[in-house]
Amino acid sequence: MPMHVGLVHFLVVSAVLFSLGIYGVITRKNAIMVLMGIELILNAANINFIAFTRFGTMNISGQVVAVFVIILAAAEAAVLLAIVLNIFQQMNTVNVDEVDKLKN
Amino acid sequence: MDWYDILFYAFAVLTIGSAIGVVFSRNIVYAAFSLLFTFFGVAALYVLLSADFIAITQILLYVGGVLVLIVFGIMLTTRAQKVEVKQGFIRLLPPVLVAGIIAGTLIGVLTTTKWPAAGLAPYEETARPIGALLMTTFVLPFELASILLLVALIGAVIIARREKTRRV
Repeated sequence: MPMHVGLVHFLVVSAVLFSLGIYGVITRKNAIMVLMGIELILNAANINFIAFTRFGTMNISGQVVAVFVIILAAAEAAVLLAIVLNIFQQMNTVNVDEVDKLKN
Repeated sequence: MDWYDILFYAFAVLTIGSAIGVVFSRNIVYAAFSLLFTFFGVAALYVLLSADFIAITQILLYVGGVLVLIVFGIMLTTRAQKVEVKQGFIRLLPPVLVAGIIAGTLIGVLTTTKWPAAGLAPYEETARPIGALLMTTFVLPFELASILLLVALIGAVIIARREKTRRV
């Protein structure tokens, strides 16, 4: 490990964030908690993009891709929240393991 | 160990610590509150990577948009008396193993790889080149993203609207 903070430091932070997101996605049953795990994973990916923009040979394109990731995350959160609200009205639960009916 | 390193370690600890709070918190409201600090920590890391535009976008969109949506979702779907997040404690070992293996593999690969050492460019403003790239090289994804946002907006409204006439 180099002495000064460099590319690897940011990548390690991103890897830890990614693993925590994976853990959250596979342990939580509440759909909103699963969404929070997904947001952690997307943030980890964005840190990677921007770290490579800064330290790698990639030019500013990495930041543009990060903008698209943020846009997708916002759209995904809106749609997922709408679905969760609808499921809650129909089935009175938001735990993903209890939502196991295709029809009522 | 200069100021840059100290700031980096401080914000890295803030980010990862609050992310641990998000993932391991029993209370969903505390988890959402921890997520706020995670988003701010990530924005600070962006600033340290001299990505000012992305940092501001992160704060505006994640803290101002996504987090508010999440809190709305929590308020609308969680009853006041059962705030605790349901979690299977019996099957806690496999997820810890999976996440640990992923983290170990990633960190091992990252620290042993010889990354091409590019010279660190001096800081320059990023908003103008990002805008230029969005209008030239990335114009197709840019337009697709705008269509996606429109579709997501309409779709979210239609899905979340309570249907009065039709009994489902």
